[in-house]
Formats: sequence, structure tokens, C-alpha cells
Amino acid sequence: MRPVIYVLTFIAVLGLGFWAYREHYDTRQALRDVSGLNAEIASLREALALQRAEWAYLNRPDRLRELASLNFERLGLMPLEPTQFGDAANLSYPAVEEFFGDINNSVMVTGQLNPEEEPL
Amino acid sequence: MTRTPLRPLARILKARAQGENPDVIERENLRLRHEQQRDASRNRAEVRLLILGFAFFVAFSAIGARMGIVATTEAAEPRSFASGAEILAQRADITDRNGRVLATNMLTHALYAHPKDMVDPARVAGELAAIFPEMNAEDLTRRFTDGRSFMWLRKVLSPEQMQAVHDIGDPGLLFGPREMRLYPNGQLAAHVLGGTSFGAEGVHSAEVIGTAGVERALDARLRDPALSATPLELSIDLTVQAAVEEILDAGITMMNAKGGAAIIMDVRTGELLSLASLPAFDPNNRPNPVLPKDAEPGDSPLFNRAVQGVYELGSTFKIFTTAQAMELGLVGPDTMVDADAPMRWGRHLIKEFQGKNYGPLASVTDVIVKSSNVGTARLALQIGGLRQQAFLKSLGFFDATPVELTEAPGAKPLLPARWPDIVTITTSYGHGMSASPLHLATAYATIANGGITVKPTLVKQTGPRPGVRVMREDVAKESVMMLRKVVTEGTASLAEVPGYEVAGKTGTADKPKRTGGYYKDKVINTFASVFPASDPRYVVLVTLDEPVETSGTEPRRTAGWTAVPVAAEITRRIAPLLDIRPVVEAPPLDQLTAVRN
Repeated sequence: MRPVIYVLTFIAVLGLGFWAYREHYDTRQALRDVSGLNAEIASLREALALQRAEWAYLNRPDRLRELASLNFERLGLMPLEPTQFGDAANLSYPAVEEFFGDINNSVMVTGQLNPEEEPL
Repeated sequence: MTRTPLRPLARILKARAQGENPDVIERENLRLRHEQQRDASRNRAEVRLLILGFAFFVAFSAIGARMGIVATTEAAEPRSFASGAEILAQRADITDRNGRVLATNMLTHALYAHPKDMVDPARVAGELAAIFPEMNAEDLTRRFTDGRSFMWLRKVLSPEQMQAVHDIGDPGLLFGPREMRLYPNGQLAAHVLGGTSFGAEGVHSAEVIGTAGVERALDARLRDPALSATPLELSIDLTVQAAVEEILDAGITMMNAKGGAAIIMDVRTGELLSLASLPAFDPNNRPNPVLPKDAEPGDSPLFNRAVQGVYELGSTFKIFTTAQAMELGLVGPDTMVDADAPMRWGRHLIKEFQGKNYGPLASVTDVIVKSSNVGTARLALQIGGLRQQAFLKSLGFFDATPVELTEAPGAKPLLPARWPDIVTITTSYGHGMSASPLHLATAYATIANGGITVKPTLVKQTGPRPGVRVMREDVAKESVMMLRKVVTEGTASLAEVPGYEVAGKTGTADKPKRTGGYYKDKVINTFASVFPASDPRYVVLVTLDEPVETSGTEPRRTAGWTAVPVAAEITRRIAPLLDIRPVVEAPPLDQLTAVRN
């Protein structure tokens, strides 16, 4: 009985040793991966910060103002004026006739189940 | 182990035969046995002590060795630690109230040299001088060869310069990573931001410290590692600031002024949406101008006129006198007061602008609308010097402004040492004591806020902060209505912006000479206004330094002609940006143009 226990113990030690060896190398590999990822995160963050800075630089009000005046003929951009505030009450509703469109075009009126019903 | 009996029979019998006491033998044997036992346990204890001692020795040596290793080696980041934002950004970003970047960090490199490792110092010096215009080849060669082992060459490099230095290919030239502060908007809000410089410098990193403005005043917050990932949100609105600076710049040019300042303040929270002072500078490259000896501090572009420009603010002060008189119940808006000019007080003569006379009697409203010095002087005398001082103190005119700028605590108002009646009179219309435009804007915000004080701030707030009531709500409302009349019928008619009910007061003050007395043709023009008058939301304050308007037959130097049109244009531009609907009749339908969001 005793030799069997010895052999089993020996095998167990061998097995544990092998497991510990594997774990050790796995851990080191994981640490390497993590530091690689950290470096990647850092460089991406750096790039992100730089792009944010560049975005802010390209969107600086001076430059936008210059671009707006350079492209005035095409875009017609002007500073916001107080008179540009409209009132919803000033907008006219679209005419009801237009809602139906061309009555001869069957595609436009297929959705209407009950012609008596008020249009929405 | 053989055990010796305590009473060996042979010896006992022998002893009995000889008539001795056999108990002696037993005691003797017992004694011997105890000695043996004692020796054995002592040995065992000694061995145990030895083992214990050895164990302690090993344990302490291990701790000592570990401490030694930790102390002598360079610290390494724990590699398995989940990393966050702390990799970059040792200094938090600064954004405006809508999250647009005002200051951020950029990774760059510093250049340093190990002259002892250099292969050919003379060639290196020559090539460096070709890359960097500020370097001198001869000077560099001398410093490379004088035996030093380390020297800094440049604090920051652009990527192109770094590549060029790489191409020199000398092992004695080395790069250290640097985090550089970047202000993408250039001169915009330069005085608010201030600037930064490098503090303690090492090869691997350098400290970035604020040198002025918000960067310095909130340095601790910006450098707090726990908050480095959260940007500092200022109350500044970048779009508003840009519009204000553009208009102010145009205004300074048109009015031939030396400089100017503009302040936009939210009257409920005290947030400064814009704080502009021109001429400005580029905080990316903060200049260090050497001013000529006879120059005023205001001549430097670094001078923040809005906060540091402590001047007599002129007639803009009159509203405080009338407000206090109404608060004390001495007068109402329609009470007639003596405004007969000129007024004699001791050996002083109080006159009106251009020697006019608004008297003999004028209503309190008219005193403000026509800007009568004599009327306010009479009111001030009724109030009395002590109560006047207490009121101005409650409005913040006796202390430096609490705004988050390094320059603010140094800009204390200039107060007369004594307060005789003549000072009470002159202070009532804004002469004799000096304060900064920010002081004035804060006081106007208090009136516009229904009489509750506000604290000016540059940091975005979530809501109004508790203030102290310094005047009744109806007095504050009446005061705003008087200011409104200044625009509709008085000296600030050019301030009218259709739909925005601007209410404000002009102020013109002669600039004091350094040698004493006042200049005849140098003035500070101020226009302090609030809008919309029916429910005040914002204070707009414009001040121009030495303006002169030359479109007429003779030069005009009153605020009504210089600061007022600039303020009106600012109001017209920023009110829509601040989402304030004008109270205007809608234009006819056919004039509406489609505007896409």
C-alpha cells in the first residue's frame, strides 16, 4: 500500500510542477499582452487627444469666419440675426390639395381606405 | 533511556545494615534526576531559541533586502494594473461651457545633449544652428567642449524639427518626452486662459505649471491627478467670446482707441460668458514684452483691462446713488430733486457736461436719463458718506473681485483715504474712487438680479448661488426701468437694439495723469447695460481706452458716441446666440426666409 501512495504522490508532484510551470508562463504572457495593450491604449489616447486638438484648431472661430467669408457666394452664411427668430404661428399649413398630390397617380392614393375620412 | 531507580535495593540494604538513613540515598538520586532533566530541557530550549533566532534573522534579512531593492531601484508601474486615463494628460483640459476645447495637451519632445558622447561636436553645433535659427554654432561648440556632461538644448520640438535632429545622427543628442499645453483657438480668450510654462524639468517628464489667468488660479485643480480625465468647464461661451472679440476689435479700430474690454455676465449665476480684453496675445507663445519706462501697465498686451484696469468709471455710478436713495425711501423715481447747475460746495464747483443745466428741478429718473452730476450730488448728500460707503461695499466695490484669475486679487479698487462730503459728492457720479470694469459689471448684475448680489465666476455653474439682498426688488426693477429710459430717451440712444430692450448707463471719465491731475483729451468710456429690461438676463459692459469718434465736425469723446454703438452691436450679435428671442413684431409673411437647422 505504501509504495502506491509514494508513486501517486510523486506523480502528483510532477503534475503540480508542470501545472505551475504552465501557469507561470501563461501569467507572464498575459502580463506581456496587458502591457502591449496598455501601450496601444496610450498611443490611441495620444492620437485621440491630438485629433481633438486638431479638430479644435480647425474649428477655431477665426478660421470658420474666414472660410465663411471666402465661400460667401456659394454658402451665403451670415451671422445670426435677431430677425431670424420666427414664430410657429407665422407658418402656413400646407394646402390640403397638395396632400393628395396628383389624383391620377394611383400609387399616391392607394393608402387611403375610406375616401370620406378626413386626411390626417 | 534507562531509568535509575530512586531507591536501589542494594544500596538501601547496605545503608540499613550500616544504620544510615536510606531516605538520604533517595533524595540524592532525586536530585541527580532533576539535574539531568533540567540539563535536557535547557538544551532543548537553546536549540529552539537558535532556530527561532535563525528564523527571525532570515525574515528580517528578507525584509531588509526587499526594502533595499525597492529603495535603490527605479519604480515600475504595476503591469497587471488596469490602466486608465493617467497614461496621458497630467494636466486636465479646459473647455468652454459647451465642451469646446480651449486648452489641451500635446505630446512632444525636448532636446538635450550629452556632449561627452558626441562624435563630432563642431559638426553637431553647425547642423543644429542650421535647424534652429536661435542657436549659434560657435557658442554651441564652445559649450559642447567645455567639459560638461549634460545640457538642455530646447524645451519643445515640432515633429519636423525632431526628424531633422534625428538625421544629424549623433549619439550625444537625446530626446525627452514632454507634454505641451496647446491653445487651439490662438488669441481667443487669451486673458482668461493666461498661459503655462515648464516647472521642474527632468529627462523623462516635466511639470507644466500655469503662469497666469485661469491656468494659474486653478492650477491645483488642473493638476489634481484624480481629476485629470475630467476637463475643467469654464463659463465662457466660445462662440460668444469670438463674436465679442471680433466686434470689440472692429470697435477699437473705428473709434481710434488704444484698447478695450468687454464683459458678458449672466445676472442670475454670475457666470462670465465672455471676458475680452484687447489688444491680446497668443497664450501658446506668451510674450514677455519689455515696456518703455514711461509706458503705462495698460500698454502691455498681457494687461487684462476687464479685471486689472482700475479706473474711475464715471457716470455709470449714478444708478447706485439713485438706487440707494430709493432704497432708503428718500425719493421715488418721480420725486423732483434740486439739479440747479453749477453747484458750489466749499471751494469746489460741480458742473454738468458742457456746462449745461438740467435744473432747477429734475425728477430722479431725469437725473439718470440726462446724467446730471448736480442731481446725484444732492442725492448723495442726503444719503450721507457712511451709508454710501456701506452700500458700495455691499455691491463689492471695496474689495478685489473674487473671479478665478491670478490677476484678480491684485486689482483692488482705489479708494480715497478719507471720505469727506466732497468725496461723497464725486463718488456719487463715479469720480474719486476707481474700480475695474468687472466690479461694475458685478454691481449691475446685482441690480439686474432683483437686488441680490452675484459673485462673478469663470467656472460653469449648475444654478444660481445664494447671494445677499442689498436692495428691495421694486427698487432694482425701478432702477432697470430708469436705465431703460437712458437708452430710449437719454444719452445712450445708439444702444437700442430692436427687440432686446437694452437698458444701460454711459460713463465718461478723464484719464488721470501719472503726475497728478487729468488729461484733457484722454478718456475712458464705459457703457454698462443689461438686457432684456423686462426680465434682465445678461449684463453687457464695454469699455474703451482713449477712444475718439471723428465722423462729425469735431472729435467726440463721450461714451454715447464710442462705447455705446460697440455695445449695441455686441448685444445684437450675441443675443440670438444666447437663445434670447427678440420681442419684435414678426415681419410680414413674404419676408420670411426658410432657415434650416
